[in-house]
Amino acid sequence: MKDNGVKIIKTTTWSPGPGCHGGCGILVHVKDNKVIKVEGDPDHPWNQGRLCSRCLSMTQYMYHKDRLKKPLKRVGERGQGKFEEISWDEAFDLIEEKMKKIRDDHGPESVIFHQGTGRDIGGWISMLAYAYGSPNWMFGLSGISCYTPRLMMMSITQGDFAVVDASQWHEKRYDDPEYQIPETVTIWGQNLPATCPDGFFGHWYIDLMKRGTEVLVIDPRCTWIASRAKLWLQLRPGTDAALALGFIHVMIKEDLINMEFIKKWTNSPFLVRTDQDSPALLRESDLKENGSDINFVAHDPVSDSFVVWESDNQVYQKSDIKPSMEGEFNLTLANGSKAKTKTVWTLYKENAEQYTPEAVSKITWVAPDKIIKAARIYAKSKPSALHWGLPIDTIPSTVPTSQAINHLWCLTGNLDNPGGNAIARYAYDVVTYPYHTGGSILSLPPDVMEKRIGMHDYGAIKDFRAWAQPDKVLEQIFSGDPYEIKGMWIQTANPIACTGMEPKKWRDAIKKLDFTVCVDLFMTPTAMLCDVILPAATFLEKDSLKAWWVPLQAIKKVVEVGDCKSDIEINLELCKRFMKDFPYDNVHQLFDTLLESADMTYKDLCDKTWMIPPKGHPSKPYFRYEKGLLRQDKKPGFRTPSGKIELYSSWLEKWELDPLPYHEEPPYSPVSTPDLFKEYPLILSTGRRMGPFFHSEHRQIPWLREQQRDPVLEIHPDTAKKYGIAHGEKVCVENWLGKITVKALVTPVIHPDIVMAEHGWWFPEKEGKEPELFGVWDVNVNQLIPMSHEGKAGLGSPIKTMLCKVYKAKG
Amino acid sequence: MSEYAMLIDYEYCTGCKACEVACKQEYNRPAGKAGGVEVIEFIHTLPNDKLFITNIPTFTRACVFCAGRVKQGLEPACVKHCMANCLAYGKIESLQKIIPKKRKAILWTKG
Ligand code: SF4
Ligand code: SF4
Ligand code: SF4
Repeated sequence: MKDNGVKIIKTTTWSPGPGCHGGCGILVHVKDNKVIKVEGDPDHPWNQGRLCSRCLSMTQYMYHKDRLKKPLKRVGERGQGKFEEISWDEAFDLIEEKMKKIRDDHGPESVIFHQGTGRDIGGWISMLAYAYGSPNWMFGLSGISCYTPRLMMMSITQGDFAVVDASQWHEKRYDDPEYQIPETVTIWGQNLPATCPDGFFGHWYIDLMKRGTEVLVIDPRCTWIASRAKLWLQLRPGTDAALALGFIHVMIKEDLINMEFIKKWTNSPFLVRTDQDSPALLRESDLKENGSDINFVAHDPVSDSFVVWESDNQVYQKSDIKPSMEGEFNLTLANGSKAKTKTVWTLYKENAEQYTPEAVSKITWVAPDKIIKAARIYAKSKPSALHWGLPIDTIPSTVPTSQAINHLWCLTGNLDNPGGNAIARYAYDVVTYPYHTGGSILSLPPDVMEKRIGMHDYGAIKDFRAWAQPDKVLEQIFSGDPYEIKGMWIQTANPIACTGMEPKKWRDAIKKLDFTVCVDLFMTPTAMLCDVILPAATFLEKDSLKAWWVPLQAIKKVVEVGDCKSDIEINLELCKRFMKDFPYDNVHQLFDTLLESADMTYKDLCDKTWMIPPKGHPSKPYFRYEKGLLRQDKKPGFRTPSGKIELYSSWLEKWELDPLPYHEEPPYSPVSTPDLFKEYPLILSTGRRMGPFFHSEHRQIPWLREQQRDPVLEIHPDTAKKYGIAHGEKVCVENWLGKITVKALVTPVIHPDIVMAEHGWWFPEKEGKEPELFGVWDVNVNQLIPMSHEGKAGLGSPIKTMLCKVYKAKG
Repeated sequence: MSEYAMLIDYEYCTGCKACEVACKQEYNRPAGKAGGVEVIEFIHTLPNDKLFITNIPTFTRACVFCAGRVKQGLEPACVKHCMANCLAYGKIESLQKIIPKKRKAILWTKG
């Protein structure tokens, strides 16, 4: 398309630039090799022509005066802000020399490859780590508390991830005849319109509401959407598991569950030994010598005998049995000892029994009648969809919490149904972001992987995701035990301003190392501390692709800015230098390899821009568990050890964690630390979302920053009055770990006993060198949140549930 | 020309401000000053103590109703990019017909 010398190019988004995980279709207007405007692509099914402020500000982002355009080498002391521009060759030579020396002297595991929310770059950081030989690829947020806990729980419960079906799998979207509008969407802990989370477009809920969907909102704050909800539950932060268990209690008691679905598709009839210190699933190996330990056992009421479920074949060893759902059964094991068992369902009901609306109300602060009403709305709606947010990850009890909420759609059968929670796979099975242990392009031998930090501390870290555990990494940087850490590669991350809890520890850690590299687009508080800084290209200056979850789409290089290189090219060049015979020469070869499962090349994908999998493809809903589209062996069922939805989790049992969901108090709360609470009488929740910014990004973009100049603390008018604080005044937020000074936003949307702070703040316009580091220490709320408080699975941390006091700042 | 107007179905305006930035991008307007549209948030405590949040996009004197774009057959930049699809531009008579039933809306005329 051409018009007045303006070329219009159709492409799609990811990072860097807008920052978010969205995948909006855009039309880029280019004149004289410069992007002059970005508009929404009306033909793209994801955003249908719309675009939010961040993509609309891309011209200010790309051509910002502060953008890094050449590699920088530190010439002064660390943090002194003295850098010198160097060429790419010099930069690559320097990095190669320094990092190879560390590898020779201390072993490859002594370098950490540190990412933030990696977007299309995370996978390539693992490729670089593995080409170098280090198993220590890491996401630096304490407890890996961003989506990973939920992904893990979904993965071990039903073998796959599930997200709300807002018709994103259909080109015609809401009008597709197969699609059904959810009767209710339950929005659990997310301020939707201000975010674009987890491969989702917040405003799809507005589209659905216009088409008749009701919303049920669970949030400590009255968000815009909460104010329009059929029912809004204002819960105490960190008590979500108790609330979900309260729902389950009501649903079981009032028979609002889908018993047919539960019988057929879950492990509810399996027997669990109850005569030991901790319960354990009964296995064929307990019953017979040479029995398999991946086969489970149920009770046949007709013959009053025990029948083995063959996990590999997805059948009971006796045909046509209808196993007992409930009851207690005694039996003699292969070794002659006696055992007592109960069915999973009996244990499940006993567990839920404790969570009466009254008991749950005491824990959550939500009135009993509201809990009952909400459970009814969720369970009776057909279809019913549930959208959950980051607060489910940013608590140490994330595992039982994610599990309890995940069970809601399993107990009601709202799984992979139109308008429910659809199973989400990468479109065409193209993996741009590897989850399970191992990388998408390279992997390391098991003896090297054995050195991954944290894997011996936590089963979930060992078995679910390839990342090192960040709290353990930070500890090891200071302890040198069991081996010294000497270097850090930082890409897509700003731990000093954003992902690092106790960020001063991260500062000291980075400064302690022999060599550090940071890849970014702007100078940040983190980059300021590093030895080499490499300038990255925005998504409009690079080739890439996205398949998270649909569509599969191309990101196309439209222009160049300065000497910036794409993150992927930077990683590829260093892979070649670090690994002998690295098998790829250019990024298109890498993309072609990823696209093999879609049977196409990157060039083919660019011609199409985006593609949605056809009906019948395993990466397209619906009801794939019935059709045998989920399991490798093509049998109906799920990708779990037993092939069933594991309400009682065999993975959690293996990791010596509680196999059923339960409530766990936050480590600091009015209940668990009443004495501290006297001194710090407000619950400090963080992570209030801001429309114009993605985490720590975008503070230098004029059209975005004008929407919010300064960080705020939300405080209820009654609480503000009590402490003599007026709207807009500067307040100190303080606890035993640290203090920040921000502006009071006095608003009734927050609960009087909770204050809500924002994360990711720093001031690109302020002094960058130490000690100021762009003013980050004045405002970074992570200074009030500890490291090393990860949950029992090594996942989750108390980011939403700290305590603090608030008072008027002097002067 | 007074027969053209902007219809604002503000019940669904989320306050995302895409409209503001769309206008600034289209006309390369400076930050720190109003462009053609500015969104105002109201947090109302209703008589029954229920909170209700309303956002209203207000069109300023700087709004030119995207005459240039409209002439080319395009929608105004803010209308096209509105994340909630709650803005519509056109002849008053045709807009009146699409005023959503049972919803509060504002008709902003050129004057
Ligand atoms: S949601 Fe906003 S920032 Fe994200 S891709 Fe879409 S328009 Fe861009
Ligand atoms: S109609 Fe055009 S000029 Fe008026 S506010 Fe919208 S974008 Fe700006
Ligand atoms: S873009 Fe639409 S939804 Fe967003 S603030 Fe403007 S009018 Fe409201």
